[in-house]
Amino acid sequence: MSYTKRIDGRKFDEPRKMEAKIGVIPRADGSAMFKIGDTIAIAAVYGPRELHPKFLQNPEKGILRCNYDMASFSVPERKKPGPNRRSTEISMVTEKALLPVLDLNQFPNAVVDVFVEIVQANAGTRCAGITAASMALAHAGVPMRNLISAVSVGKVGDKIVIDLDKNEEDYEDGATDIPVAMTGNHEITLLQLDGEVTKDELLKALELAKKGCSEIDKFQRKALKEFYKGVKDE
Amino acid sequence: MNNDYIRSLLEKGKRIDGRKLDEFRKIIIETNISKNAAGSARCKIGSTEVIVGVKFDMGEPYPDRTIIVTAELIPVASPDFELGPPGSKATELARIVDRGIRESKCIDFKKLCIKEGEKIWMVFIDIYPLNDDGNLVDASVLASLKALSEAKFPKIVDGRIDHENKTNNGLKLNKFPITTTMYKINGNILVDVNNKEEQVVDARLSVSIADGNIHALQKGGNASLSVEEITKMIDIAIKKEKELASFLK
Amino acid sequence: MGKIFFKEKDLVVPGDILAEGIDYLPSGGCIRENDNIVANHLGLVILDNRFVKVIPLAGKYVPKVGDTVIGYVVDMSFNGWFFDINGPYEAALMVKDVAEFIDKDMDLAQFYNFGDLVITQVSRVTRYSNINLTTKGPGLRKITGGKVIAITPTKVPRVIGKQGSMVQMLKEKTNCNIIVGQNGLVWVEGKNPNDELMATEAILKIEHESHIDGLTDKMKEFLGEKK
Repeated sequence: MSYTKRIDGRKFDEPRKMEAKIGVIPRADGSAMFKIGDTIAIAAVYGPRELHPKFLQNPEKGILRCNYDMASFSVPERKKPGPNRRSTEISMVTEKALLPVLDLNQFPNAVVDVFVEIVQANAGTRCAGITAASMALAHAGVPMRNLISAVSVGKVGDKIVIDLDKNEEDYEDGATDIPVAMTGNHEITLLQLDGEVTKDELLKALELAKKGCSEIDKFQRKALKEFYKGVKDE
Repeated sequence: MNNDYIRSLLEKGKRIDGRKLDEFRKIIIETNISKNAAGSARCKIGSTEVIVGVKFDMGEPYPDRTIIVTAELIPVASPDFELGPPGSKATELARIVDRGIRESKCIDFKKLCIKEGEKIWMVFIDIYPLNDDGNLVDASVLASLKALSEAKFPKIVDGRIDHENKTNNGLKLNKFPITTTMYKINGNILVDVNNKEEQVVDARLSVSIADGNIHALQKGGNASLSVEEITKMIDIAIKKEKELASFLK
Repeated sequence: MGKIFFKEKDLVVPGDILAEGIDYLPSGGCIRENDNIVANHLGLVILDNRFVKVIPLAGKYVPKVGDTVIGYVVDMSFNGWFFDINGPYEAALMVKDVAEFIDKDMDLAQFYNFGDLVITQVSRVTRYSNINLTTKGPGLRKITGGKVIAITPTKVPRVIGKQGSMVQMLKEKTNCNIIVGQNGLVWVEGKNPNDELMATEAILKIEHESHIDGLTDKMKEFLGEKK
């Protein structure tokens, strides 16, 4: 059966409505909230700070440590608080997605800690977390040569789409989910896939991801700039 | 760093942010901050922020299964919180919140019955501080009570819970066990300490009051409290109950 | 030939292309990527002849030799003290770099004890994040009383002002003693808590609005109102 119309009526190349807020966690060195559709991610950055235990330290440059966590009530069926295999894996790919743009040479033996918390989940949580984390890192003043934007693309039924929501992920005729993260000039730092696609379909999806990430990149820059403009209203 | 400064200011009856000793920072409570929760709320006291989500599940009727309160001190909220299972601070926070709710009987346990003797609703209250600027207990209690009062039971379809669809029925709390924590610094008694003040707290007492009755007490801190000090603290808590309860209406 | 893609004091984000061509050189807060000069900090961009510089709006303190920093003692060893200087690394003050004469058998805590606040100068920074301090120099000493405020180190120049004009105005209008460390720690001592509170609020306001024009006049107004 052909997937002719998206369940929520969006165009195939249209991501869900986005919202971003910088500085939401005052105690953190940098922080940001990113909302896409009904998925809400908060990222807090602490560091560079001294790294303990000492054996983890790198005397040549600082290290990046990421942790992804979902609030127990963020999903329909309560998730037991604490890490699981899925969150451990996502923590790792989040780190790999962000590290390529960071310059930690000035901070030997130190660590930049990034904590992502998913407050409300409706698919695309790891991408929302990475997008929020990128803004939080910039807000914290960690030297970075570019931002990272992330979005999921994929195949729902027979159509290549961007930003799958939960209904599409669970689509009964099959869906392939492809989370992608890119720098501002389209270098891919996160790429995962689960499902079934042909090579052509994958390339088409990546083109769509480029377009989507550019849109999100523009959105992140706007949010960062507006944060400093809106100071008078505090 | 500024510990001596805070103490010396208190000698003059002043606090670093200019507040009176019995003055709370600005309180904001919002609901429905997480759609997948049965009920949810955010409480901000100054820049301390706590979110709470309530979830329901079905289970067999055991007394320790009715209300389950968990607090996760996630590292997002403070440079002093570390990854890992709940430590003593998180456990104490959860248990203080639990005690007030349980002992005040603000939840009619009969409402939790699905099938007498066989199935009940278990109420999960999960507390997540997002920014720790002191006084997490009071903020957690307010957010928990608000989330509970807004929570709606999920639909049951063919004996199984449909977590994605809610009924219109909720818990309807019959009272609000408001918790006020009083802090002693250098002999002075304060409410609602911020993070910097919290570093110099000698002793604290969390008091849970509903309709003028005391339902729970928890003393913390390394120093002792005299009966006079405790009496003073209870008086403050009784006064604050009305003030804080107004935020839940 | 080269092209500039910004106006003076524009707010830029990491990855923003600031200039094109080899005529321009990056001089802080930005890097060269192929033909372009690209921002690698969130900050305000300025052009100084051929140098493109981004002044970061945030970031941890990176110690430079010669910086005057305020720190407090967090540890001691047999030949010196360790200081928290509001950055990712502790800094060390060795007995030989202290202005006072300290005999072998003397108790170091007599001079600087745990929690003591000291104005020091950064004397050495190694590649591996070892920082050495000294108190041999004019104005370097232990300070007592007052309170300490922590601000973002990149905002320190704004709090100090051109040739110290901003901090001088703050001192006059609030009647407080104010010492600003390059590491973002600011010491304030006033005759009464209200003056200190006013000075604190003023300093935090400067930190908050450091990127806005006309700040000096704004601060004059703010302090005028407060009195």
